[in-house]
Amino acid sequence: MASKTHVQTTINGESIDFLCEPRQSLLECLRDVIGLTGSKEGCNDGNCGACTVVFDGKIVTSCLVLGVEAEGKEITTIEGIASGSELHPVQQAFLENAALQCGICTPGFIVATKALLEHNPDPTEHQIRFWLANNLCRCTGYDKIVRAVQDAARRMQEA
Amino acid sequence: MKWIDYAKADSIEKAIELIGSGEARALAGGTDLLVNLRVRRLQPDLVVDVKSIPELNQLNYDQSDGLTLGAAVSCFDIYSNAEVASAYPGLIDAASLIGGTQIQGRASIGGNLCNAAPSGDSIPVLIALGAIANVAGPNGTRQMAVEEFCTGPGRNVLGDGEILVSLSIPAPAKNSGAQYMRFIPRNEMDIAVAGTGVSVELGNGTFKSARIALASVAPTPLFVKEAGDALIGKPVNDESIQVAASIAKDAAKPITDMRGTVEYRKHLCEVLTRRGLKIAIERAKEN
Repeated sequence: MASKTHVQTTINGESIDFLCEPRQSLLECLRDVIGLTGSKEGCNDGNCGACTVVFDGKIVTSCLVLGVEAEGKEITTIEGIASGSELHPVQQAFLENAALQCGICTPGFIVATKALLEHNPDPTEHQIRFWLANNLCRCTGYDKIVRAVQDAARRMQEA
Repeated sequence: MKWIDYAKADSIEKAIELIGSGEARALAGGTDLLVNLRVRRLQPDLVVDVKSIPELNQLNYDQSDGLTLGAAVSCFDIYSNAEVASAYPGLIDAASLIGGTQIQGRASIGGNLCNAAPSGDSIPVLIALGAIANVAGPNGTRQMAVEEFCTGPGRNVLGDGEILVSLSIPAPAKNSGAQYMRFIPRNEMDIAVAGTGVSVELGNGTFKSARIALASVAPTPLFVKEAGDALIGKPVNDESIQVAASIAKDAAKPITDMRGTVEYRKHLCEVLTRRGLKIAIERAKEN
């Protein structure tokens, strides 16, 4: 008979237990079960990147991961990017460069950008645009986002 | 989405048992499967997570034996492996353009092959590289060339309870090179209007061998054996390349749809084959 599954995982460094249906996506579990609503649902089919999280060291769209797959994994969501009240340089750069308008895509962009700069601290504009190709923004036209990523790269290298 | 049970298989035997037990689908990266479940294009009762099976996670390269690529290894893990990236740039072309970074973090080449889309970006270059699919099922294991794996749009040779375990890709010969190229109207994150995977082996200014395969121009990715064979023994020049490109164009059997017309797609096959061969030749000269 249909029953919920117990999942034990680590989210933003904290050990978390939750119950979910096997058909529920990680995104649904984050938002509706665990209450971490920073990750956004845009398209729910992997195209828009608004639900981007770090899953086992790689960025993924959490709408295309099942909640039950989180068992034993380490996950970082947008809620795990800042240190307390101190914004991460990527967040600060997005803010100061006005790299957002409506803000729905922003959590995904910030998680993906942080992963990019950890992987490649000094990316070219071409590399930035290709790494972020899976993140869609319908407001900004991307130029301010690219400038924010370049600014974040400078901030992180100076830090 | 209807109710679906989830089970994790830790061994090939367990996966075969679970997948053979009823309406079940294997879950690797899930970037196709979860979308298909959500739109109810597929309605299995059970998904079997195969990502914990050691054989499906192999990424072993050996200079003489070649590459064993587990069916569940993500594209990101493939192109992040420096040794694999240097030995198989043609495979990396495909692994780094399937979806975006987030999709590449989950999607596997094995899954791309099992999904059997005519446009599957990794399949033409697997064919060009002479990859072999290693399949396991209730009646034991079997192998087949990748060009025999897909049987129609979304259909493959796997029978009840069978899973794709891994792909075996021969070690690149000296003076060989491969390339995958597709045409899409934007720069990334799109489905090929047409695509070409090519490989060449050069010697004494001539082609020793060549293999050419096409995407998005037939019900399955299409191996155009005669296009590669036409190059054997021919001098490495534009004229030879054009002969192969024309054969590829003639072999393409596309349909007209929202992505392109028959005429346009056939033209693309010619242009992409020509361009792909030139890149593969440059790569072959470097190794």
